[in-house]
Amino acid sequence: MMSISLFFTFLLIGAVTFGGGYAMLPLFERMIVEGQGWLDRSLFLDMIALSQVTPGPVAINSATFIGFEIQGVVGAFFATTGVVFVPVILITLVSHYQERFKQSKAVQGVLYGLRPALFGLIFASAYSLFQDAIHDIYGVILFIVFSVLLIKFRVHPILIIVISGILGLIIYL
Amino acid sequence: MIGLPRLFFSFLKIGALTFGGGYAMIPLFERFFVHDYGYLSEDEFTDALVICQSLPGVIAINFAVYIGLKLRGGVGALVSGVGVALPSFILIMVIATFFFRFIENPYVEAIFMGVRVAVIALIFTAGFRILVRNRHPFGILIGVLSFLLVGLFFVHPFFVIIGMGAAGFLFSRVKEVSHDDVD
Repeated sequence: MMSISLFFTFLLIGAVTFGGGYAMLPLFERMIVEGQGWLDRSLFLDMIALSQVTPGPVAINSATFIGFEIQGVVGAFFATTGVVFVPVILITLVSHYQERFKQSKAVQGVLYGLRPALFGLIFASAYSLFQDAIHDIYGVILFIVFSVLLIKFRVHPILIIVISGILGLIIYL
Repeated sequence: MIGLPRLFFSFLKIGALTFGGGYAMIPLFERFFVHDYGYLSEDEFTDALVICQSLPGVIAINFAVYIGLKLRGGVGALVSGVGVALPSFILIMVIATFFFRFIENPYVEAIFMGVRVAVIALIFTAGFRILVRNRHPFGILIGVLSFLLVGLFFVHPFFVIIGMGAAGFLFSRVKEVSHDDVD
């Protein structure tokens, strides 16, 4: 039963998320952390960090990690297959009607609304995780510094994660 | 024509060696399939990019499946998709096994206290980049509305995604949306 529920939860997430890994996180958070309670918030953040520092697509890494945590290898398999299931079917269909799809005004219109909705969803996710995982002034300062380094100076995410780990050791041990 | 083993191993290699997910993989796909071996033309590659970004899902998987399908049909799609996902799948399970063994360790806990802050900054950055690309008035309105609905009123993101897609569709029927507005 757990496998089926895992499969369909990830299928739903994969079916409605445009824009890959980080765009999926708001749905992961709502459905897997809050809805099913399969993961707590700090483990959810740790999982994202591990997905980022491991090679491969972030969404696949996250799905594998969550599935594995819940139900071992079987869970990892069902979560990963679930998240790619609908998109793979859609790709196969669309590849037959490629020109019509590319020129479709309806598709362009839907995407015109979907793309900006994503930043709202991602900010909402960042906001709720911020309230939960940042407890002191060090956390607030580091958040601001890391965001500036990432956005303004385009420092590589993996470098930021490594630095944050070292700072974590210094501040919190 | 590209052989199936070669197709599989090229995706396996890209999946195993690229950090940061789908968008980091696209230049590698392009170099291998377009520039180095000419399996796809520039135009075919651009089509692939447009289509994969217009469909839901994991960018890297969408891309692999689409390219596999174009080059070797259904079997090619399967081989490519499995190839690009397999390294992550195995590696993550190995890492997760060790991670749960070490998470109680005070050093590991302290490291992750710092790392969690970085991850929230990463998530914020991902949102910020999308905001910059969609900063037309309609985009700002949709984004702020989505934030309020999910962040303050706890509406399920699923319904917000469906609703905002519908809003974009209706808006585009009223006002002409050019292709350049959607990136």
